[in-house]
Amino acid sequence: MANVSLARAGIPTAEEILEPSPGAMLRRRIFGNIGLLFGAVVLLTIVFMALFAGVISPGDPYDQVLSRKLIPPIWHDGPKVTWEHPLGTDALGRDYLTRLFYGARISLFIGFAAMLISGVIGTTLGVLAGYFGGRVDMVVNFILTTRLSLPVVLVALAVVSLIGSSLTVVIWVLGLLIWDRFAVVMRSATQQIRNLEFVSAAQALGCSTPRIILSEIIPNIANHLIVVATLEMAHAILLEAALSFLGLGVQPPEPSWGLMVAEAKGLIFFDSWLIGIPGAAIFILVLSINLVGDGIRDVTAPENRN
Amino acid sequence: MSDPVIEVSDVTRTFMISAGFMRGKKPLHAVNGITLDVERGEVLGIVGESGCGKTTLAKMMLGLLPPTSGTLRLDGKAVGSADRIEVARILQPIFQDPYSSLNPRKSIGDIIMLPLRVQNDPNPETWQSRAEAIMDLVGLPKRVINNFPNQLSGGQRQRVAIARALINRPKIVICDEPTSALDVSVQSQILNLLQDLRSEFNLTYVLISHNLAVVEHMATRVAVMYLGRIVEQADTETLFKSPRHPYTEALLGSVLTPVPGLGVPDTHLGAAYPNPIDPPSGCTFHPRCAKVMDHCSNQVPPTIGANGTMVECHLYADGLGQKAKGKKTRKGKRK
Repeated sequence: MANVSLARAGIPTAEEILEPSPGAMLRRRIFGNIGLLFGAVVLLTIVFMALFAGVISPGDPYDQVLSRKLIPPIWHDGPKVTWEHPLGTDALGRDYLTRLFYGARISLFIGFAAMLISGVIGTTLGVLAGYFGGRVDMVVNFILTTRLSLPVVLVALAVVSLIGSSLTVVIWVLGLLIWDRFAVVMRSATQQIRNLEFVSAAQALGCSTPRIILSEIIPNIANHLIVVATLEMAHAILLEAALSFLGLGVQPPEPSWGLMVAEAKGLIFFDSWLIGIPGAAIFILVLSINLVGDGIRDVTAPENRN
Repeated sequence: MSDPVIEVSDVTRTFMISAGFMRGKKPLHAVNGITLDVERGEVLGIVGESGCGKTTLAKMMLGLLPPTSGTLRLDGKAVGSADRIEVARILQPIFQDPYSSLNPRKSIGDIIMLPLRVQNDPNPETWQSRAEAIMDLVGLPKRVINNFPNQLSGGQRQRVAIARALINRPKIVICDEPTSALDVSVQSQILNLLQDLRSEFNLTYVLISHNLAVVEHMATRVAVMYLGRIVEQADTETLFKSPRHPYTEALLGSVLTPVPGLGVPDTHLGAAYPNPIDPPSGCTFHPRCAKVMDHCSNQVPPTIGANGTMVECHLYADGLGQKAKGKKTRKGKRK
């Protein structure tokens, strides 16, 4: 009863002072992790750019003004440099900043969707193989070896030339091809957890197998899952850029960062910023995703809880 | 007095072990034809060296491993055929290592309430209060209910494991080395707690341990295991006072004494624990036995005695004369 009145008065009880709430401890760890903070801020900025591309961009990504083509960005000197086009214009006179914003949309969407598809496939296969072992493991390993023997870019090339290129095709091709790391990591993580006694305890309590997998195994491999998911998202974004660069991914005039690099490759010696800007954007996006992934793992790892 | 809650009859569990690269697989009989009854209300201690099959036996009792042959009956029902949930209602385990037996991602409250959730207990509104009641009983402060296992000490974790095992009021608890991962000072607390809970809930314990002091303190009856067989069974007092099987004698002789001058006791066991893939012929204990006789190496010893008191040894094969002789030799050796 004393506790109640203290709490009403807004005075923390002795227990609250001794033991910070789980939420407070989580906050303390998040704000102690510079990599995570930096990555999260950059990633959120890019997500914001992508979501509100229509509102914040100065122009239209498809509007061509040939009289104003190849204006350099504002940090260059030159007669054509103007604040109307802070990052300049491309060879067709389209505002580069606008295309960069809209391109973020496509990169993030492809990365996220492909990561989701491959994550579901790879995690399912990996967890099943790790949990059941034996025959299941053999079958999964066979599928995995088969998949690893397929070169991603060549298969993507073949599929795209067979059924044509579009955003959906790129997402599915990537999603169906890059689940291998999920499967490998989830399989070994599951094998480790599976032999711990709390899994035996859950079995002895009468838990059903799906329940054991979902509530005993998955939460304990979730930090590996998050790290692999971020790595694979970054991987998918890079692959999309590579496919678009080869002309197999997103088709013009859609603004994709990989495609922007490809379109500018003829001008690399004259207007190198045309490649530099989308290239830097890809680099920063991938870096921030990886930082966030590492940070989440550090923050949520149970060995860091004290 | 015969009211067995667990009946183990002629149970064997064989693992196929790879004998080496390109050599195929060989059978390892981890448990080799064990017959054992656990009476209601008793504390059956199972002792033996590492690798003698204690844990495999426990896993089969829990229904985690199916026996290769033989049957296990739990409260009259065969373990294999019964629903896992039903087995769980009667039988609960307490594991050796409290650091790996609790899911690190779940709060203490969730861990303790998991059995109720799994059994689909009809009164979810009482779960919290029941968890608090059982925590009180096992000596855990109420405030840890929202903590995670790694915020607790080893002893506290083992208390959580005990609370989880007992919240659904099982009849039997299988304790697989319940204290061997704990500090000595905490060990006695946990053992006393187990004793108290036993009388509180009318529990039957199967206590697996290699620590003879623990077994002597807790058990009412002891079974000694060697290489997948039970070589001797007797009530605790008899077994500790007058062990019959030479292996039991050696085990009892191996206990370190706190007297500094005495040094490490000589058990006459020799160094080598035999390779269980390729067990010795005849009596599996004969290469290490202090009283080995000529026929020990080629004849499997008979099982002498029944109803919870038995010994498997040639020394006692032909009646009381041999038995008396056996005792005499033992005394002579000890001086």
